[in-house]
Amino acid sequence: MRKNLNVIAAYSIMMGLIILVGIFQSWNIALSIFNLCLISAVMTMGANIQWGYAGLINFGIMGFTALGGLAAVLISVNPVQEAWNAGGINILLSLFLIVGIVLVVRFVLKKYQKSKIRNYAIAAIIISGIIIIRFVSAPGIEAIEEVNPARTGFLGGLGLPIIFSWIVGAFFAGGLAFVIGKVALGLRADYLAIATLLISEIVIAIIKHEDWLTRGVKNVIGLKRPAPYEVNLQQTDWFINLVEKFNSGKLDLISDIIERQSALNQFVIEGSSIFVKLCYSGLFLVVVIILLILTQKALYSPWGRMMRAIRDNEEAANAMGKNVVKQHLLIFVLGSAIVGIAGAMLVTQDGLFTPGSYRPLRYTFLIWVMVIVGGSGNNFGAILGGFVVWFLWIEAAPIGLYLVNLTTAGLEDTHYLKVHLIESVPYFRFLMMGIGLLLIMRYRPKGILPEKIEIK
Amino acid sequence: MDIVNALILLLNYIFVPALTYGSQLAIGAIFVTLIYGILRFANFATGDMMSFGTMVAIFFTWYFQSLGLSLGFLPTALIAIPFGILFMGLYMLIIDKFVFKYYRLNKSPPVQLAMVSIGVMFVTQAVVRIIIGPSDRRFFDGEKFLIRASEFKDITGLNEGLAIKSTQVITIVVTIILVSILFWFLNKTKTGKSMRAYSDNEDLALLSGIDPKKVVMITWMIAAILATTGGVLYGLDKSFKPFTYFNNMLPIFAAAIVGGIGNPFGAFLGGYVIAFSEILLTYAYKKFFMYVLPENLEPDGLIQLLSTDYKFAVSFSILVIVLLYRPSGIFKGKTL
Repeated sequence: MRKNLNVIAAYSIMMGLIILVGIFQSWNIALSIFNLCLISAVMTMGANIQWGYAGLINFGIMGFTALGGLAAVLISVNPVQEAWNAGGINILLSLFLIVGIVLVVRFVLKKYQKSKIRNYAIAAIIISGIIIIRFVSAPGIEAIEEVNPARTGFLGGLGLPIIFSWIVGAFFAGGLAFVIGKVALGLRADYLAIATLLISEIVIAIIKHEDWLTRGVKNVIGLKRPAPYEVNLQQTDWFINLVEKFNSGKLDLISDIIERQSALNQFVIEGSSIFVKLCYSGLFLVVVIILLILTQKALYSPWGRMMRAIRDNEEAANAMGKNVVKQHLLIFVLGSAIVGIAGAMLVTQDGLFTPGSYRPLRYTFLIWVMVIVGGSGNNFGAILGGFVVWFLWIEAAPIGLYLVNLTTAGLEDTHYLKVHLIESVPYFRFLMMGIGLLLIMRYRPKGILPEKIEIK
Repeated sequence: MDIVNALILLLNYIFVPALTYGSQLAIGAIFVTLIYGILRFANFATGDMMSFGTMVAIFFTWYFQSLGLSLGFLPTALIAIPFGILFMGLYMLIIDKFVFKYYRLNKSPPVQLAMVSIGVMFVTQAVVRIIIGPSDRRFFDGEKFLIRASEFKDITGLNEGLAIKSTQVITIVVTIILVSILFWFLNKTKTGKSMRAYSDNEDLALLSGIDPKKVVMITWMIAAILATTGGVLYGLDKSFKPFTYFNNMLPIFAAAIVGGIGNPFGAFLGGYVIAFSEILLTYAYKKFFMYVLPENLEPDGLIQLLSTDYKFAVSFSILVIVLLYRPSGIFKGKTL
């Protein structure tokens, strides 16, 4: 108990802050911060597995998040029958061609000795394959994008409940991570960082511009929800009764029946959105807790010890007969899969998929700030980092506004400096993140909750 | 005649724009490579440092414009560049003193320094956005075109016009001057040689009496020159927007690594490799083939290898391929 005192203290302070937001701003804001904190926590857990357990640097978090989001679209949206009729065959054919190319290349790689001719042959196969695929797929893509472009213009998905996409998102991200890991994990740390950063940009470029698959920058809106809709809730009896019971103290003070009814309506409307957010919080909390249990178990297992050994001294671990390359690949895939889950969760909670909104600053660098600030190698630290940094990211603007008003209190309201500063309040969050990261790295390089490994 | 038309077409839409864009990338790539070679970390704040220098230069440009100062047909921003460099260098030295120095003296691993540079990136981004705001700024003045497309057509009597913007010429000329001075400095002067020695083998350089503080300071000063000039040239040619500058960091990194990171000459060529491949692969060759081929062979489609949406993706793919097959870059040779 005493050993964990700092963990408990840190988490209580964090929850206290969120509750304070609930009391002073509104419970709606508090809950939406809390939900995004939970999603960020999942992302940081993924990054922490890679960086904290194994020392692998992954700046491609944005790409894995987007793939998770794509999974949400492909699983939950109803299939667009017309589009399938128009160009489905071409797309399927191209898919087979891609598989064929991969198989042929593998065959060539296996069958023939390493030589210059083999390299040229492989290059020729790939290039001619791409040209054939373009000829096969182009009419199909055109036909699909022409099907009702204002509303669909893409193939749609499978029409399954969106919850499934959380698992599928993990597989998508894991699959991409497998490919990246296969080719790039041998690179030096800083090269790996740059390579993953750029690969994630390529992923985003594809998601943005392949309209037949993702609708691209036209966005997919109105995704299915695992939680009830506010409008439906406001008309169900049990919910109205629940709200009435909850607010009976305030309602009893109002004697006039009509006024009481309108007050109740107000409470129902507010309550419904809070209820929906609570549903999401519950779902997310389940994911976070399951992941936390699994990652904690992994950390203290022989496998976890092996990972730390590899991280701290690769050569020694190699000499002890551990397959460093294989373990690196495994952990890269696992961590990225967790990030993929988070990506699907994010799209689920927003109810829309906007490829244009994936920016490296928000989805890669901010997550890294969370990992470093929270404490790499420590799962509780990583989750706390997600909470603290997301909370500050959202609350930086109000805090900034308060600070600006405080420091410029002597100036008139129309003074140009004050106006300018108030306009630029949203950018104080960057300043806060940067200074926070620099201070933590300088004075507490292991994070708020440092890694602590006790031998049991 | 058709052949000449086709060549002018390529010159107008591929060669001149790619040369300009390549020069802008090359300056940034040399900046990245210098920091990597001498201070030994990948500087993720590259794009934002460039936007900081450009911001200062823009303020001075506006100030000079309000004074009525101008260079005639050249943009006023050219006189503002030295002031931008001054402030940029000051900012970099301050950042170095309070942030990077600690890790350098502790001999931290490069990854940690890269992380720290992310912190610097956030701070610089905030500073730029708080001071000048996130919106698009144009600060170009003076003559816009050297040759207009219509004038060119009138003079030569060809079907295709060749338009050369003055910013394109300025970019290319300034890049050539800057880069030749830099290479002269690194290869011929004593300070430059000591920098190269420091980059090659730090301990040996210290042993032979090279002052590390001086080397670091000069590196930052050169970095300031490169960052500000590169940023201003890009801003003159396109426009200044902090977000674009942040994004430019990615092709710049690609150029630096393609050329072999730590090798300034490689970085210089890498910039052009990236720029030319981006533009060559995404240009629609339909018109070109219409001129070159006989009429019955004229193509139906656009003859575009990749849609322009994938411009960035091209350079990143090149980078990934280079990283996988030749991690030391395509232009091997001595570093720095």
